[in-house]
Amino acid sequence: MIDWAHAGPSVLAAFLASLVEFVEALTVVLAVGTVRGWRSALAGAGLALLTLAILVIALGPALARIPLATVQLVVGTLLLLFGLRWLRKAILRAAGIVALHDETAAYAAETDLLSHGPRHFLAGWDTVAVTASFKIVMLEGIEVVFIVIAIGAVSGLLVPAGIGAAAALLLVIALGVVLHRPLARIPENTLKFLVGVLLSAFGAFWVGEGAGLAWPGADWSILGLIAAFLALALSMVALCRARSLSAERPT
Amino acid sequence: MKWIADAARELVALFVDDGSLAIAVLAWVAIAVLAFPALPVDGSWLAIALFAGLALILVENLLRTARRRPRN
Repeated sequence: MIDWAHAGPSVLAAFLASLVEFVEALTVVLAVGTVRGWRSALAGAGLALLTLAILVIALGPALARIPLATVQLVVGTLLLLFGLRWLRKAILRAAGIVALHDETAAYAAETDLLSHGPRHFLAGWDTVAVTASFKIVMLEGIEVVFIVIAIGAVSGLLVPAGIGAAAALLLVIALGVVLHRPLARIPENTLKFLVGVLLSAFGAFWVGEGAGLAWPGADWSILGLIAAFLALALSMVALCRARSLSAERPT
Repeated sequence: MKWIADAARELVALFVDDGSLAIAVLAWVAIAVLAFPALPVDGSWLAIALFAGLALILVENLLRTARRRPRN
């Protein structure tokens, strides 16, 4: 039976995190395809997706053989580092302290780089294009794999979390095919903000469980942790904005 | 061998952006794992203390960064 205190936030976190990562990957794959040809761009992306699928199939069940408390502690700590890193950056971006990520600018920079880059062919394949496409999908995909395995395997929800990530992949591919340009209107920082909140909450919960602490309300405390991290993050946006403005003022 | 170093660097960068935040989180988790179980306090309060510590670490890091960097 599915535990919805875990399943809902798990699927949502996997979907939103994957959406952010795949949008970034799509920008580079589109640039590679447009400048260097679709055959090599799609071959690189496909090869990376295949490698990532093998990683999930190999690593997911392997985690089940490690004692649960150890997995909870290790995965919880990694989720905390990953989630708080995303949350910190999203708060600083929302407060105007760090510049927002711009997919259109990233696409223009990548297109320029690829237009002037070297051209090496191996058996008819543009190796630079295949490598560029493979590298970006692997890089962004590794983050997706980590999130899916971390939030899915520990709570026995690998399949629902995988479905969340797969849904994001299909959505991004469909939008890429239809629009044929970077998905600049996706509110990337808002998504990163929400994913940072969700992953930080999961990380804190798993570390507590792994350390043998008793969360009030047991599994339902995940929802309380999500609400607490969200309230903290929203108030920090206002506080950072004010603190940054006061630091700018001459004394 | 360069690609192995590059891959390792990318892997670390997944989890560490600001070094001081990562070190503080790891230190607090170590305290929670090693010292909390020995404290004569109810487990629920210790779980809340774990969250409170993490929240404080994030707040301190953000305020320090906001003071250091001008707005865009």
